[in-house]
Formats: sequence, C-alpha cells, structure tokens
Amino acid sequence: MIETMSETKTALLELNNIHSYYGNIHALKGISMQIFEGEIVTLIGSNGAGKSTTIRTISGVMHPREGTILLEGQPIQHFPAHSLVSKGISQSPEGRRIFPRLSVRDNLAMGAYKRNDRKAIRQDIDRVYGLFPRLKERAKQYGGTLSGGEQQMLAIGRALMARPRLLLLDEPSMGLAPVLVEQIFEIIVRINKEEGTTILLVEQNALMALEVARRGYVLQTGNVVLHDNADTLMHNEMVRRVYLGEE
Amino acid sequence: MSIDNQVFLQNVIIGLTVGGYLALIALGYTMVYGIIELINFAHGDLFAFGFFISLTIFAKINPDIPLHGANLYLLLPGVAILTMLLTGSLNLAIDQIAYRPLRKAPRLAPLLTAVGVSFMLEAIYAIWKGPSQVPYPRYFPKEDYINNEKVISFFSKLGLDITTWRIVSFTTKDLFLFSVTIPLVIALTLFIDRTRVGKAMRACAQDREAAMMMGINVNRIIATTFFTGGALAGVAGMVWGLYINSGRFTMGFEAGLMAFTSAVLGGIGNIRGAVLGAFIIGMIKAMSDSYIGSEWTRVVIFGILILMLVFRPSGILGSTQSIEKL
Ligand SMILES: Nc1ncnc2c1ncn2[C@@H]1O[C@H](COP(=O)(O)OP(=O)(O)OP(=O)(O)O)[C@@H](O)[C@H]1O
Ligand SMILES: [Mg+2]
Repeated sequence: MIETMSETKTALLELNNIHSYYGNIHALKGISMQIFEGEIVTLIGSNGAGKSTTIRTISGVMHPREGTILLEGQPIQHFPAHSLVSKGISQSPEGRRIFPRLSVRDNLAMGAYKRNDRKAIRQDIDRVYGLFPRLKERAKQYGGTLSGGEQQMLAIGRALMARPRLLLLDEPSMGLAPVLVEQIFEIIVRINKEEGTTILLVEQNALMALEVARRGYVLQTGNVVLHDNADTLMHNEMVRRVYLGEE
Repeated sequence: MSIDNQVFLQNVIIGLTVGGYLALIALGYTMVYGIIELINFAHGDLFAFGFFISLTIFAKINPDIPLHGANLYLLLPGVAILTMLLTGSLNLAIDQIAYRPLRKAPRLAPLLTAVGVSFMLEAIYAIWKGPSQVPYPRYFPKEDYINNEKVISFFSKLGLDITTWRIVSFTTKDLFLFSVTIPLVIALTLFIDRTRVGKAMRACAQDREAAMMMGINVNRIIATTFFTGGALAGVAGMVWGLYINSGRFTMGFEAGLMAFTSAVLGGIGNIRGAVLGAFIIGMIKAMSDSYIGSEWTRVVIFGILILMLVFRPSGILGSTQSIEKL
C-alpha cells in the first residue's frame, strides 16, 4: 500500500538524507521520510533518539547541514522558520512554549499571526474553544498561569490557529492525566478527519500513537531503523519489546 | 496659598514635565531590553540626536520666532514627525550595523558595543554642533497661564485667587510638553497592549523561538522595536529643546542615565513600569533640586538606582526578565 502511494503521488513532505547538528553533536544522521497528504504519521523512539530534532528541522527552527526537505517538491530546508508558517506548517512544540505573559486568547491570536482574515480568525478561536472548553473559561488569564495540561491544550489550539496543512505535534500527551490523553488523541483524529489536516505525531506513548496513525517511523540515535504501516509496527517484535514495554 | 505650598506645587509641575520626557526615553530602554535583553547605553544619545536634528531642520526652514499661525499648527508637528522618522531610522541603523551581528554573542559583547556607540555618537555631535552649550531658539511661544485673565476668572469662580500665586508658573510650554509626552506614552502603551505587532513584540520578548514558530519575523520585530524606541527618544529631544532652549553633545548621557534608572525602578522590560519609574524619578529630581540642592540630585537618583539593584532588582512593577541575569 505504501509503495503504490509513493509511486502515484508526490509526498506533501519529504525528507532526504537529513543531517542535523547541535554544534558538534550529530543528532540526525541521514534521516529520510515521507508524509502524504491527509495522513497521520507517527515518529517513535526513546529519549534522545532525535524526534524533537526532526520536528525542529522540518519547521526551520534549525537547519540541516546536509540533505533536502521538500514541501510538495519545493526545497524548504533553508527557509527561516517564520516563513514556513504561511507555507502551511505549524506545530505544538516540545515543552509547549506558551507565551507566559500573554492571555490565553492572545496566545491563540499569535497562532494566527500570519493570517489577515479577522472574522475567520475569530471563528477559529471559537472552534478551538469548542475543542477545549477549558480554554474558554481561562480566556483572559495569562498563559503562564495555566496548568500543564491546559497549556498543552493551548499549544495544540495555537498550532491549529494557523490553519496548517501539516501539523507537527511533539508529545502532545506529555504530562496529561490518562483521561485527558484519551481526549487529546480523539481530538487529533478529529482534526485529521474533519479538516483533512496532515499530522506528524511524536509520542512517548507509542501504543496510542500507532493506534491513531496510518504509518510510523522508528528512530534510534539519529537513524530511522524501521518504518511501516502502523498495524504492522504494532505487531513487530522489536517495537513491542522496546517501545511498548513488553517482555 | 502659603509660600511653602506654592513651592511644592511648582515642584510637582516640574516633576511632571521631567517625568514626561524621561518616560519617552525610558520606554525605548525598556522595550529594547525586553526584547533582546540589551541595556542600550547609546539610547540616551538618540534623545540628543532628536534635539540636534530638529534644531537643524528648524534652522533650515528659519521660521519667525516664536512660531505662530500655520507654523505653530502645521510646521511644528511636521518637524516633530520628521524628527521621529530620522531618529527612529538612526536607531534602526545602529541596531543593524552594531548589535545584530552580535545577536548570538555573550551578553557582554553587545553591551560594550552600546557603550562604544554612545561614545561615537557623542563625538559626532561634538564635531557637528561644537563642544559647548548649544542654544535652541525659543520657537515655542511662552505665556504664563497664571497671569491669563480667563484662567484667573475661571479659578476665582472656584473661589481661588491665583493672582497671589506669585511663585507658581504654568506656561504654554508646560502644556505643550504634557500634550506631546502624555498622549505618546498612552499611545505606545496601547500599541504594545492591543495591536497585533505589539503583541508580537511581547511574544518575541517572552520566547523568541516560539514566536518564530508562530510565523513572526523576529528580526523585523526587533527592527520595529528599535525604530519605535528611537522615534520616541527623538521627539523627546525635540520637545525638550523647545522647552529648555539649550543643550550639549553630552546631554544624552545624563538623560539616558536618568531614564535607565527610571526603567530599572519600574521594572526593566515592563512598559508601565518605565512610565511609572520616569514620573517617580522626575518628581524626585524636582524635589531634590529644590529641597536638598541640585548638586545632590545625582547622588539621590543613583543612590536609588543602587538600592533598587541591591534590594529589589525586579523593580516596583516587576521586571519581565530580571536584570539579575546580567
Ligand atoms: N540544544 C541542544 N544542544 C545540544 N544537544 C542537544 C540539544 N537538543 C538536543 N540535543 C541532543 O540531540 C539528541 C536528540 O535530541 P532530541 O531532543 O531530538 O531527542 P528526542 O527524541 O526528542 O528525545 P525526548 O524523547 O527525550 O524528547 C540528543 O542526544 C540530545 O542530547
Ligand atoms: Mg523530544
């Protein structure tokens, strides 16, 4: 199935042999991956494998030293981060990165910074409030005063405000109570189904991620060691042992 | 009103005028610090630039002194806007040339560069306008409201005989200074609070990388900050020239230090704090000049700066990024 897709369609996003560094630290050692329009793709791997670095490299916050990133065939690896938002890439970053002294509403407004359609922005804010009613109650509060889980909702909502074609989610269930984790995953599926938004999902919770994703990539110390359909990965022995914690 | 009360009232008026122009300078300090954590020691010299460049523009146009009619209502605002544009552009250029290449350098590097820029600007002013006191012609008409028939009759209706207030003066110049500084301070506060660009400035100050992820062009926002801060300092220099009618190439250093103290006092990086700090410092300066002696004023002001840095480095209203990080 994967094969037929890659033959017939150009990927929405394609990474070819990406090498990223932090100073001398070689964090990504030649990563290649493809994400097709409308998919949820998950990126799993243990701590320090390079998941966040992949997200940061795609979004232009850092630039690869080698390799190409193609957005619908166009190389974007040298684009500054801010310019990629108008190209349709937005993210909920690792650590949430909420603006602590902007109100919840203004945080959401910042997510729509590149847009000029005021009326639609207001509607989208209401839509985010619909997804996360808790945020509506806290609309006037400073972002920094929210609980960790609320901040996570805000980070996702803020990323949605850009009306992305490709949504990058770095550990959206981090620090959430189990009930909330379920909810967040439901919302991720909803965003994907209802808006057709393509999603790259980085998760510690590999089981749930593989349940919602169509395909997955397994990262190990800066290399893609495995990629396949999510179902197949879920039944892969190595994945079960290492990432799903089975003995 | 007793003589003592009149003196006090007069000091309050002086304190407010000083506070007003200091606030315009302090805002630039605090905005730049908020966004790139740079104490821009050259900022006071932008104030001096506003003074000198507006003087030059007036001299070129050479209007009748004092200004009246169309000159007062059109030329004066025109020169003010031009001064703001030029001073803002100078500050923008300084940032691009001197500070931007050092954005990722240790914090001491841009700080020392700012000190260097300050020396350079002052040397340029000394060559341009000479090293001695430069007179600023009395373009703005001066008339004391305390002697004005209408004002006297207005106050007498309230049961106050202001003709006995021999010590107090409140002139057209005071009113002019207030009517420039206070609306600008309010406008800037609203700009930062309410507008999209203002919110983006705060977003950059709070988390530059997250701001980038929102699609905010951080370099452009920093440039806008320098421009805005420069423009406010420039117009402050012009208004101060029209008010006090003389200045010198080093005037920016003194004003800059007071404005910096104001910003620290209010909580550096905090917009409202800078305004509050400026009016407190203005008031302290006026009172100290009058009751303690002007030779002690610097001691008092910098004493406050030191005490503040020791005991409450985050200022009255709280700094966004504490200056302790320096
Ligand atoms: N700012 C940094 N400076 C230096 N090295 C870094 C930096 N950020 C990450 N690294 C290194 O790069 C490698 C990949 O880190 P990355 O954050 O991408 O991992 P991750 O897969 O997201 O891990 P986690 O699950 O813990 O979030 C790690 O070895 C890490 O130590
Ligand atoms: Mg990570």
